[in-house]
Amino acid sequence: MKRAGKIWTAIVLLFLYAPMIVLFVGSFNDGRDLSEFEGFTFDNYIDFFEDSDSLRLLANSLILAVTSSAIATVLGTMATLGIQALRGRIRKLVMTLTNIPLVNPEIVTGISLSLLFVFIGRNMLGTENILGFGTLLIAHITFCLPYVILSVMPKLRQTDPSLMDAALDLGCTPLQGFFKVLLPQLTPGIIAGAIMSFTMSLDDFVISYFTYSAEFSTLPVEIYAIVRKPVPPMYYAMFTLLFFIILFVMIGMNIVQARDEKRHVRRTKNT
Amino acid sequence: MKSKFLAGPYMAWMAIFTVVPLVMVAYFAFTANDGSFTLENFVNASEYLPIFLRSIWYALAACVICLFVGYPVAYVIARSTSNVRRVLYLLVTLPMCMSFLLRTLALVSLVRDTGIINNFLGIFGIGPLPLIRNTGSVIMGMVYNYLPYMIMPLYTVIVKLDPRLVEAAQDLGCDSLQTFRRVILPLSVPGIVSGITMVFVPAVSTFYISQRLGSTDNVMVGDIIERQFKGSYNQNLGAAMSLILMVLVFISIGLMNRFTDDEEVSTI
Amino acid sequence: MSKELIRLVNCRMDFDGETVLDSINIYFNDSEFLTLLGPSGCGKTTTLRIIGGFLQPTSGDVFFDGVRINDVPPHKRRVNTVFQKYALFPHLNVYENIAFGLRIAKLPNKEIDERVTEMLEIVSLRGFEKRKPDQLSGGQQQRVAIARALVNRPKVLLLDEPLGALDLRLRKDMQNELKRIQQQLGITFIYVTHDQEEALAMSDTVVVMDRGRIQQIGTPEGIYNEPKNAFVADFIGESNILDGIMRADYVVEFFGRKFRCLDKGFAPNEPVDVVIRPEDVDIVPADSGHLCGSVTSVTFKGVHYDTIVDFKGFKWLIQTTDYHAPGEYIGIRLTPDDIHVMKKSEYSGMFGDYSSYSAEYDEINDPDAVIGGEETPEEALNEE
Repeated sequence: MKRAGKIWTAIVLLFLYAPMIVLFVGSFNDGRDLSEFEGFTFDNYIDFFEDSDSLRLLANSLILAVTSSAIATVLGTMATLGIQALRGRIRKLVMTLTNIPLVNPEIVTGISLSLLFVFIGRNMLGTENILGFGTLLIAHITFCLPYVILSVMPKLRQTDPSLMDAALDLGCTPLQGFFKVLLPQLTPGIIAGAIMSFTMSLDDFVISYFTYSAEFSTLPVEIYAIVRKPVPPMYYAMFTLLFFIILFVMIGMNIVQARDEKRHVRRTKNT
Repeated sequence: MKSKFLAGPYMAWMAIFTVVPLVMVAYFAFTANDGSFTLENFVNASEYLPIFLRSIWYALAACVICLFVGYPVAYVIARSTSNVRRVLYLLVTLPMCMSFLLRTLALVSLVRDTGIINNFLGIFGIGPLPLIRNTGSVIMGMVYNYLPYMIMPLYTVIVKLDPRLVEAAQDLGCDSLQTFRRVILPLSVPGIVSGITMVFVPAVSTFYISQRLGSTDNVMVGDIIERQFKGSYNQNLGAAMSLILMVLVFISIGLMNRFTDDEEVSTI
Repeated sequence: MSKELIRLVNCRMDFDGETVLDSINIYFNDSEFLTLLGPSGCGKTTTLRIIGGFLQPTSGDVFFDGVRINDVPPHKRRVNTVFQKYALFPHLNVYENIAFGLRIAKLPNKEIDERVTEMLEIVSLRGFEKRKPDQLSGGQQQRVAIARALVNRPKVLLLDEPLGALDLRLRKDMQNELKRIQQQLGITFIYVTHDQEEALAMSDTVVVMDRGRIQQIGTPEGIYNEPKNAFVADFIGESNILDGIMRADYVVEFFGRKFRCLDKGFAPNEPVDVVIRPEDVDIVPADSGHLCGSVTSVTFKGVHYDTIVDFKGFKWLIQTTDYHAPGEYIGIRLTPDDIHVMKKSEYSGMFGDYSSYSAEYDEINDPDAVIGGEETPEEALNEE
C-alpha cells in the first residue's frame, strides 16, 4: 500500500516533469523540432544572448516583475497591518475584496482591466494608446497584492501582539517599534510574498495579454504570439536558464522556511 | 490603534482596479456598440450554450481526474519525513512557476502524431496513437497544468491531520480502508473543496490549452471570449460572455463552499 | 509615610459598550509592592494597561507625580512592563533584548554595557548574553523580561501575571526573587495576578477586584482576616459563609444560636454574612459542641484533612489535623475570634457553601462556575 503510493507519486512527477525534460533536451538540440534530436549544441544559448529582441523582452519582463512585486509587497504588507486592526464587517469586506482576483478567472480579470484602461484612456485622457508599461504594472500589482497579504497575514498572526506593546513600553515610537520589532518577525512572510509575486508576474501570460501594447511586451506574451510558427529553440535555452534560477530561489526560500519552522517549534516547546 | 488606516490605500486600489473593472464588464455586457442599453449580447451569447456546457464538462472532468491522481500524491508527501516532504513539495509546486506556454508546447511535442511518444511506439510498429486533437488530450492538458493546484491544498490539509486520529480510529476497530473513509476523507473535505475550486476556475476559462491540444471540436469559452477581444472585436459580446463565465464561477465556488465552513482555506 | 506616585481618578473603561472598569479610584505609593488581584475579566489587566499607557480610559484621569498623563504615549512614560508571556524579541539575543530600551534612548555604548551587565548580575543570567530567547527555559525568559524592563530604571514596574506560565516550584522561587529585587532596587511594583497565594506572599498592599470594581484594598493580613464581603472572603482563602443576624454589638445569631463576636456598629437585627475560616474551627465530641453535624466526606491534603460536615443541610469545610471518618457525628466550638461578620452585599449567597464540594476546590475560582450549582441548598436554608 505504502509502496504503491510512492510508485504512484513517482509516476505523477514523471508526468509533470517529462515536458520540462523535453525542453531541457531541446535547449541543446541542433534542430528546431522538439521531437527530433539532431545533435548536441550550445548555439541556442549563444543565440539567446545575442538576440537583442529576446533580451529586450526578458529585460521588460524582469523590470515589470521587479517593480510590480516591490510595490505589491510594500502596499500588501501595509494593508496586512491595517487589516489586522480591522474588525467585523469591514474586515470581511476587505477579505472578500482580496479574494476577488484569486477566484476570478484570469481571462475575466484581464478583460475587465483592459476595458477599464481603454475606457479611461478614451474618455478621460483622450488617447487610444493607453496600454503599455503603466497598465501592465497596475495589472500585475493588482493580481500580486492578494498573494502578499496571504503570506504576510499568518506571520502577523503568529506574532505575539504584546511585542509591539513591549517596544513602545521600552521607549520606541510606533514607527521605530514597527521597524525594530515587528518587521523582523514578518520578514519570512514578506520575502515569501515578494518571491511569489515576482514569479507570478514573470510568468503571467493571460492578464498581460489583455493589458500590454506592442511597444512594451513581455516574454510570455511574445511566446504566445509566435506559436503559429515553430518556436525558436533559443527560448528553450531561456526556459532552462530560468528554471534553474527559480529552482535555486525556491531552494533558498525552503531553507529559510525550514530554519524558521524549527525555531518556531522550539519556541512553542519552551513556553 | 490607528494602524487600520494602513489598509486604506489597499482598499482604494482594490476598489479601483478590481471592483470598477468588473462594473465595466457589466456595463459593456448590457450595452450595444453605440452605448445604448441592450440585452442582445446575451441573446448572442446564448448561441454559445453548447460551448459553455462543454467547457464546464471538461473542467469538471479535469477536477475529478486531478482529485484521484493528486490525492495519493498529497497523502504520500504529507506522510513523508520532513526533509523528503520539503523536496517533494518543492517538486510539485515548481512547475507552477515555469512558463506554462512552453511547457504545454513541450507536451504537444510529446503527444502529437509525429511526437516523441508515437515515434518511440513506431519503432515497435505500434500507432501512431491518437494522443492529440481530441477531448481526451485537452483534458489531459488541463490535468497537466493544474494538478499542482489540487495537490497543494490537499497536502496542506492532510499534513495537519493529527496522526493520533488514525491511531484512535484503528483503536476503535477500523481497518485501514474504514479509517480512510470514516476519518481521513471527511477531514480532507476542506482541501478537496479548495483544490476543486483552484482547478475548476482556470480550467473552465482556459483558451490556450484547447488551442494547442484540441481540434475545432474542442473550442472552449475562453477561446470565444479571446476572439471577441483580439480577433473579431465584438467587445460587448465578449463582455457578456465574461460576465456569464464570472457568475458561473462564483456560483460554483459558492456551492463548493457549502461543503466547508472555513472561509479562508477555500481560497488559499 | 511614603509619597504618592500614581493616582487613578474615576477611571472608567468601556469596550464595545461593555464596562470593563467601573469608576476606579486608587493610588499607588512610591516603593510599594502592590498587587491587583482578581479573577479573569475583573479589570486588573485593563487597569495595568491604563497605567502603562496602552489604553486610554473612556473617562477619568490618570496622574503621575501629580501630572495628568492620560495623553502621554507609552514610550514617554517612566513606567516599564513585564508582559504576561514575556514578549521577548525573538530576533534579538538576551543582551540585545535587555539593551533595547537603552539603545532607543541612544545612551553611549559604554554605559549600555555597564547597565546591561549589572542587570544580568541581578537576575543571575551572566553567561547567557548570546542566547536567543527560544534557547532559554521559561524561568530564564522570565528573568530576561524583568531585566529588560528594570534596566531602564523606571519609577514603576508593571507586572502582568509574570509567573503564570511557570510551574509551581519555579513560581515559588521567582516570588522570592521578585520580592528581593523589589526591595533591593526600592522601586514601585504593580503586580497583576489571579493567584491569591502569590498576592498574599509578596505584596505590601493587595487590591481585590471583581466585575470592574475594587472590592477591597488592604494589607494581606487585613484582607484575609477582615474581608469586606462574600466575594473577598471566598476569593482569598477558603471560607464558610453563613446567613446571620446581628442581634446587638458583639452578638451575632446563626443556625438559631447566638454567638459572641468581635464586630460592632451594625443596625439592630441587621441581616449579615458570617465568615468562618475552615482552619479556625475546632472539632469536639458532639455533646460538647456549639453546633453538631455529621461528616460527609474527608480528603487527605498532606498538611491537614479537608473535612466536609453537614449542619442542618448546610455543608461546611473544616480543616483539621485529626481524622474523622465519614458518617461520624461531631460537634464544633467557635470562639469570638473565629467569627467574622460582614455587611450583606451583591455577592451574598453566592459563595461559601461546600455542598458541591470537590477535592479540586482550589481551581474553582471563577465565580460564574459557582453560582449555578449553589442555589438550591441556599434557598432551602433561607426558608428555614
